[in-house]
Amino acid sequence: MATVIVVTSGKGGVGKTTTSASFAAGLALSGAKTAVIDFDVGLRNLDLIMGCERRVVFDLINVIQGEAKLRQALIRDKRVENLYTLAASQTRDKDALTREGIGAVLEELAEEFEYVVCDSPAGIEKGALLALYYADHAVVVTNPEISSVRDSDRILGVLASRSRRAEQGDTPVKEHLLLTRYDPARVSTGEMLKVGDVEEILAIPLLGVIPESEVVLRCSNLGQPVILEEKSNAAQAYRDAVARFLGQEVEMKFLEQERKGLLRRWFRGAA
Amino acid sequence: MSITSFFRSRRKDKQSAETARDRLQIVLAHERMSVNGDDFLPRLQREIMAVVVRYVDIDPSQAVVKLEKDGDLSTLEIEVTLPKADSLGVQRVAS
Ligand SMILES: Nc1ncnc2c1ncn2[C@@H]1O[C@H](COP(=O)(O)OP(=O)(O)O)[C@@H](O)[C@H]1O
Ligand SMILES: [Mg+2]
Repeated sequence: MATVIVVTSGKGGVGKTTTSASFAAGLALSGAKTAVIDFDVGLRNLDLIMGCERRVVFDLINVIQGEAKLRQALIRDKRVENLYTLAASQTRDKDALTREGIGAVLEELAEEFEYVVCDSPAGIEKGALLALYYADHAVVVTNPEISSVRDSDRILGVLASRSRRAEQGDTPVKEHLLLTRYDPARVSTGEMLKVGDVEEILAIPLLGVIPESEVVLRCSNLGQPVILEEKSNAAQAYRDAVARFLGQEVEMKFLEQERKGLLRRWFRGAA
Repeated sequence: MSITSFFRSRRKDKQSAETARDRLQIVLAHERMSVNGDDFLPRLQREIMAVVVRYVDIDPSQAVVKLEKDGDLSTLEIEVTLPKADSLGVQRVAS
């Protein structure tokens, strides 16, 4: 049986798609066959972030409606072995997504894949509910910002009541906090919530802290998961988060402001 | 970081923005093409397969339809795996 991981947040624009791409790539790099699915029907973006937008022919809804075979719709990554992307439909209606349809797709994926990463749309409507329904694990992407933390709390409530595991009285979905766009400099001046504060408020285990990084924009320009970037703090933080997910013990990095010389501080932003 | 690597990294960023612009132009040109909001590929595949199976006994699930988009050029690629020559022969005798 494949392990289903939903990347969710409630709030939009916090880094779910960025995280889904890097997390899936990280799992695939560990040697596990991994598929990442975009659930954002009508507003697909994962294909751009994975850099496979020109190779999308069939999408999740085509597969659900029997218009294409799953293997025709899975796009094999050109850089990372064992990594496949399943795009969302850009033209269909959300109503074409059904719980049964997704269940069937996940079941078929489970024959071959070890991990399935579900990139959730924002909100707590149908698309987001379906993305999390079959989850075994939830990576709750949160920014150190008041409304993001509140929305994450809300989505934790939804996970605890409306996932399949909740409905069937199984062991609950395993929740992981991933704090993204963390800026230690602003934390140290008291402008931004501390990681400890967010952890305490949401009261779920911390999987990782991804620093705010300029590399993220460059990677999305290029269509490449951040985790593949060699020398970047954000990439290292994603690699560590994946390692922790896989059971390794890795200390948290990039929680403190990097000490910069005067010259480096002047050129801050170029790094 | 040295001044030169500072400028180098700036240049790298500019290049990545150019890549982003090019990728967007291509993907949006194709998305706008189907303004009626209908993705025609599944229908196209079904209709092509309906014609092919009239002539050759194939498994429709073995067909692959691909649309490759490259700048202002799109190619439609249809790949149909035909049965082995001998089974094709048997087919001919039977029909
Ligand atoms: N660690 C980060 N540092 C800087 N920018 C980030 C980071 N993570 C995400 N972003 C940016 O935030 C925006 C939203 O990210 P995205 O992954 O699309 O969020 P979501 O899928 O939750 O809507 C994007 O512009 C992305 O480049
Ligand atoms: Mg997204």
